[in-house]
Amino acid sequence: MLAHEFVRNAYLAGTPLALACGLIGWFTVLRGQVFAGDALSHVAFVGAIAAAVVGVDERVGLFALTLALAGGMAGLGRRAQADDVTIGVVFSWVLGIGVLLIAVLGTSSSGGSGLIVANTLFGSIFGLSGGESAVAAAVGVAVVLIASAIAKPLLFASFDPELAGLQGVPVRLLGLVLLGLIGAVTAEGTQAIGALLVLGLIAAPAGAALRLTSKPYLGMACSTGIALVAMWGGIALSYAIPSLPPSTAIVGIAVGAYALASIASTIGLWAPRHPISTRAGQAAREAHLP
Amino acid sequence: MTNPTLSWNLVHDVQELLAYRFMVNALQAGTVVAVMAGAVGWYMVLRRQSFAGHTIAVMSFPGAAGAALAGVPSALGYYLACGVAALAIGRRRGADRGGRSRDSATIGVVQVAGLALGFLFLSLYDGVLEQLETLLFGTFLGIDRAQVITLLAVAVVVLGALAFVGRPLLLASLDPEVARARAVPVGTLDLGFMLLLGVTVAATSQITGALLVFALLVAPPAAAQAITSRPGLGLALSVGFALLITWLGLGVSYFSIYPLGFFVTTFGFSVFLLAKLAGFARARPGVV
Repeated sequence: MLAHEFVRNAYLAGTPLALACGLIGWFTVLRGQVFAGDALSHVAFVGAIAAAVVGVDERVGLFALTLALAGGMAGLGRRAQADDVTIGVVFSWVLGIGVLLIAVLGTSSSGGSGLIVANTLFGSIFGLSGGESAVAAAVGVAVVLIASAIAKPLLFASFDPELAGLQGVPVRLLGLVLLGLIGAVTAEGTQAIGALLVLGLIAAPAGAALRLTSKPYLGMACSTGIALVAMWGGIALSYAIPSLPPSTAIVGIAVGAYALASIASTIGLWAPRHPISTRAGQAAREAHLP
Repeated sequence: MTNPTLSWNLVHDVQELLAYRFMVNALQAGTVVAVMAGAVGWYMVLRRQSFAGHTIAVMSFPGAAGAALAGVPSALGYYLACGVAALAIGRRRGADRGGRSRDSATIGVVQVAGLALGFLFLSLYDGVLEQLETLLFGTFLGIDRAQVITLLAVAVVVLGALAFVGRPLLLASLDPEVARARAVPVGTLDLGFMLLLGVTVAATSQITGALLVFALLVAPPAAAQAITSRPGLGLALSVGFALLITWLGLGVSYFSIYPLGFFVTTFGFSVFLLAKLAGFARARPGVV
């Protein structure tokens, strides 16, 4: 299997992106911000189309629009968390602009917009060149490094914003950085592996991890681990079954993990001993007290 | 048929617009959709369930792709996919951090699971892809009489059900604890509302596409709730805004070469912004 270059490229790009999604996904789910990530992944295609209309590289549009929207969301809400109604209104408008751009593109050149929509929604991790997968891997590694560096203060700011603010933790800035990281992963992931896959790897492994353990760092490790297993397993599965698209296989494993974790915690087979807020809040506070 | 031209005589313009059967159908369907979305959306926004609404809206993709693969009418696929997603999202788990976190994860997972299945159906079926844009952005101008009648029937059922549960649902949405204490079946209402939302979206998105139905569900109610905290007035305003946006959008897009989706979302966004400004100016606390 690894003799094929496209499979090697898929693993090269997929591994760091899965690690990045699993790690920032844990914070995203913890803070109840999956909708923000979802909105970013949907507007990414508008950025790609806008870039096509203007005639610049697709990646420029993707990054510019997702990062701008991430900044806007952070600016709109208290504690850098926009409420869901504002997110909904703003992103449906951005999608409306996308429709306009598709029409403009359709009149100026001959079609192809449906293809862009399909590609940005679903991508194909099997269609990456060596250079593209190296860039995707670099973005993934950078996001993991930044997220690890801010993990401790971000944890504190997520659980007890008031106390964190009093102790001089830059709560707003951390919220903005998290949204920026989601934006960066979404922008890169969207054109490499598809928006669906990015959102799936942000929401499902983290959702499962938060059902399984209330220890913050164990939870982050668990979420990243599930994302990685889904990515590796999904690529292999899709290689073995040609009619199964890689995105479906990868998301399928992640969703399966989430379903198992929720069933286990709902029927009482497995439950974190303490509510996540008490446990992690305590850990965060202890980490910061002298 | 000559190209439509906009004159300064508005009466003449409207007459020209109504001379075409497809425009009349589109306006009638748009009116029904606007009333339904304005009312159901008002509760959706009040309950902070925009993410759930959006997720159900994109279920039109697996619904249509699955129906094509199974060889059944696409309407059946829409209702099945939206209904299953509504039930899978299920109840709200409270407004504390743990509840919000779980809700947000569950809805996200339901959405990606649906999209992944849709993608699988699409690649197995191999042939729906040309319709992907229609699926997302709708074909408002290709509606026939039968679709308008069906839509009207669904709207009567949905609005009837909403009127029936309106008052307890309001209490259950605003203060679940108090509602429970007064023996209001909060859990049943949660599920029931999700199903209503599912049916509304399934019926509407067949005509408007996934994008427009969500825009109509969220922008008019958000604008109404920025202006007033009174439920009756808010619902009326929400429906009024939805009608205004839809009619204006249909009218303008008829005279323009650009698509309806752009105009409706832009008008929706503008109404929302104006309402926010008006709300700030009056500086009175809103309902939420």
